[in-house]
Amino acid sequence: MEHIVIIGNGISGVTAARHIRKLSDKKITIISAETEHFFSRTALMYIYMGHMQYEHTKPYEDSFWKKNRIDLKFGLVTAIDTEHKSLQFENNENLQFDKLIIATGSISNKFGWKGQDLKSVIGLYSKQDLDQLEAIAPNNEVCQRAVVVGGGLIGIELAEMLHSRKIPVTFLVREESFWDVVLPSGEAQMLDRHIKSHGIDLRLNSNLGEITSDDHGHANGVIIAETGETISCNLVGLTAGVSPNITLVKSSTIETDRGVLVNRYLETNVKDVYAIGDCAQQREPIGNRKPIEAVWYTGRMMGEALAQTICGNRMAYNPGHWFNSAKFFDIEYQTYGWVFATPKGGNAHFHWKHNDDQKCITIEYQEASNIFLGINTFGIRMRHEVFDRWLTEQRTTDYVIKNLKEANFDPEFYKTFEDAIIRAYSNQFNMA
Amino acid sequence: MSTKINSSMSLAKPDSQTLSKTQKIAVALGVVGLFIMALALFNVDFPNKIIFLSLSLGLITAGTIMFSNNAYLTKQAGIKNDGVWFKSIASRGLWGWALGIALTLFYVVLYFKAEWLGLAADGGVNGGLVAMFDPLSRLLNGGPASQWFVYGTLYTVAILVFGYKFMLKYRHNRYEQLRTISVMFFQLAFAFLIPEFMARLNSETFSLPYYDLKNIWPLNFYNFDKYRVDSMIEAGDIGLAFLIFGIVSIFVISPILTYKYGKRWYCSWVCGCGGLAETAGDPFRHLSDKSQFAWKVERWVVHSVVVFVTLMTTAVIYSYLGNDSSKYWLTKDVFLLGVAGLLTVVFAWVMIFKRKELAKDAQYGAIGYFVIIMVLIGMHYFSGTKNVFLVDTYFLKSSYGFLIGAIFSGVIGVGFYPIFGNRVWCRFGCPMAAMLGFQQRLFSKFRITTNGGQCISCGNCSTYCEMGIDVRAYAQKGENIVRSSCVGCGICAAVCPRGVLKLENDSMNGRINSNDILLGNDVDLMDLVNQK
Repeated sequence: MEHIVIIGNGISGVTAARHIRKLSDKKITIISAETEHFFSRTALMYIYMGHMQYEHTKPYEDSFWKKNRIDLKFGLVTAIDTEHKSLQFENNENLQFDKLIIATGSISNKFGWKGQDLKSVIGLYSKQDLDQLEAIAPNNEVCQRAVVVGGGLIGIELAEMLHSRKIPVTFLVREESFWDVVLPSGEAQMLDRHIKSHGIDLRLNSNLGEITSDDHGHANGVIIAETGETISCNLVGLTAGVSPNITLVKSSTIETDRGVLVNRYLETNVKDVYAIGDCAQQREPIGNRKPIEAVWYTGRMMGEALAQTICGNRMAYNPGHWFNSAKFFDIEYQTYGWVFATPKGGNAHFHWKHNDDQKCITIEYQEASNIFLGINTFGIRMRHEVFDRWLTEQRTTDYVIKNLKEANFDPEFYKTFEDAIIRAYSNQFNMA
Repeated sequence: MSTKINSSMSLAKPDSQTLSKTQKIAVALGVVGLFIMALALFNVDFPNKIIFLSLSLGLITAGTIMFSNNAYLTKQAGIKNDGVWFKSIASRGLWGWALGIALTLFYVVLYFKAEWLGLAADGGVNGGLVAMFDPLSRLLNGGPASQWFVYGTLYTVAILVFGYKFMLKYRHNRYEQLRTISVMFFQLAFAFLIPEFMARLNSETFSLPYYDLKNIWPLNFYNFDKYRVDSMIEAGDIGLAFLIFGIVSIFVISPILTYKYGKRWYCSWVCGCGGLAETAGDPFRHLSDKSQFAWKVERWVVHSVVVFVTLMTTAVIYSYLGNDSSKYWLTKDVFLLGVAGLLTVVFAWVMIFKRKELAKDAQYGAIGYFVIIMVLIGMHYFSGTKNVFLVDTYFLKSSYGFLIGAIFSGVIGVGFYPIFGNRVWCRFGCPMAAMLGFQQRLFSKFRITTNGGQCISCGNCSTYCEMGIDVRAYAQKGENIVRSSCVGCGICAAVCPRGVLKLENDSMNGRINSNDILLGNDVDLMDLVNQK
């Protein structure tokens, strides 16, 4: 029986395993050095905030794996021998595979800051990171201030987490506005105000200079590069993005760049070795997507596609229209299609913001043809299925605005804003 | 590392989760209110009962309002689950157990030892806690209080004050607010005031039984007892109207509303049990068991209760009907045939049209139950014993009242809130919920829609589902949630950080839609895998 070995029990590896099981009788082993069972990484924040316990973050009951004949192995792989199709573990055990799927995920970025490896300096990616956070910052007496470095999705999560335990947070953001490399300025600025309204000490245009240390090797302060100001703190969160976790792969014959290089079939340069999820890097980028996509659902989709290939139906990874979502404190965000921070050449933005400063949308469209390219929506839930269809049908922005009600996904009885949006759109474009 | 000693029995206890000063004062007020009742319970004879009752209820109300204002209005609107699992009372810690035991004991005394609360022996004068409620009882219904009047008042106060708290907690969510106003209204008006006023109208020549009009059989399993039916018939047109309303609500009103809106129209908008669970019980919703095992137990237990209540009610009605069709058309035989016929029609309809939508075990269950009922009816029909269904009807009725009415819905249902979550009764015991759920599963426009590929499997929805539905299991498959147990509280949709869930009434077509590949992936792959 063919033995499929998967390194990494995150969403990518687990999805691949589940679909391989649906399609075949192959022997499947999932290896992880992080946790014994699959859990939802995106829910780590809720454990610290007391919304959930670790048990709740597991999408499948522990009995699921045995029932579906998916073997779980807890251990750290230290070497991949592609020639003999063998993995070596930290404890010198070996494991033979017929096909290998690398799904090792990411590690937090560190950009060579002075003090980045001190104690009490953490990223926020793994279960171990969370355990460390719990130890360093159990409450606001032990941790009297925390500094979070990096204005992205993980940074704001960490800020919200610490805030939930009433730990004062200084949030260093390199850019002019929070996440404005991705978000148009109207949205980014709205989020700046929202972040501040929760009492977060948001420092824009601020780079980390260095992290200072006490006598025991613990971080005790942060120096801001621009001003030289020292902020004393008991915890430094480094959340300036993630990059592929491929130290293990680098010592093998498998080709890497920033990530494990794969073709559209998620195959590496070595036969029978594949890579999916955060750690994979596309040799040829797909549409506007980045070659490395560290997103929950892309990992899942790669797993879905690769299972077909492994089970004899060779299939390219061919994702549909881009979408994503997040939540910034109390403001939910969804995006469908492509909206860039500044419109791409030939494109323009339509922006509407409610005066409660909690809701807004931005639509990117082709100026000449009025074709709708994408929408960012804050504080209003929208229907994925409807936007996916409209993008496929290449609808005009006029059409999208006129039919926006169809896409509303807010709970029943919620106030709706389509009429206000239509009015704003009509005013801007002098429509009747 | 913290050197402080963890005083709580909860595993993790960040100090920031302790109560604020205002909250402590609020708790103190409430405790003083309860203490007055405790004094009354121990037979302290308050000089002016009206003042002390008002003071007691007033302090409890003021304390809860003060607590809620401080807990929620000092923060921005949004999901307020910070520290839920760190609080001893909400995570089966010391306070949780203490509250659970206190509530359980209260229910035991209420149901089985009401004289300990001060209830008078026949013809005597109330003492203790019950006596304190006498003035209020006289004001509303003209008579002295009973233990049920005390219970009803406290129950209503609980729904009102904790309803207020819930509405602040979800002040960004109009669905939650509206349905909370609804349960508060139905409790205050239908369950509490109207029946008391009705009692006031009773005289020697005219008498209606206590009737909470929103309570529908089989929830009020006693509705068709002989004494009630007799008294309704004797009360002339109004009584008859009540009787007919009772029957129409079972066979017409509730099926129509459930078809259009799902069982939520009742369970989380109208019902008193649901009302208490959604308000006072809200802090415990995450304690429900989500395991597949619990789901299995749930299906067997709750459907067994349905069978039990159906058999029991049939037996009770059967026992007082006559044999002579020339006196009244509804005889024992006609009635039994009617029940058997109705069950057969429902059974046949399900088996013919809805077979595919039922899992295998549900089919087995349906077949099993159907056979049992038919066999029992048949046995009576052909053997002609006096006792229907082989046992004495009085015994059936009293066991149901004891096991289901008292132990299950009261002692376990509410007493165990802090241990098993707030919907234990609704999930495992309520025959009304099971019957509405059966219809919701097979014949309703209601579903919880999942939003394409947006789910990140975080598990907030499952954690906060009071009915123990593993919502995430559906959401991460892009499958709509169509579950008979779903009461439509809407909390899963509220706590979802990615806008994945929406409660909706929509067409029956494509309502149940399992997808192995979610929206967002290769369209060819979706077609290949999903179109089986």
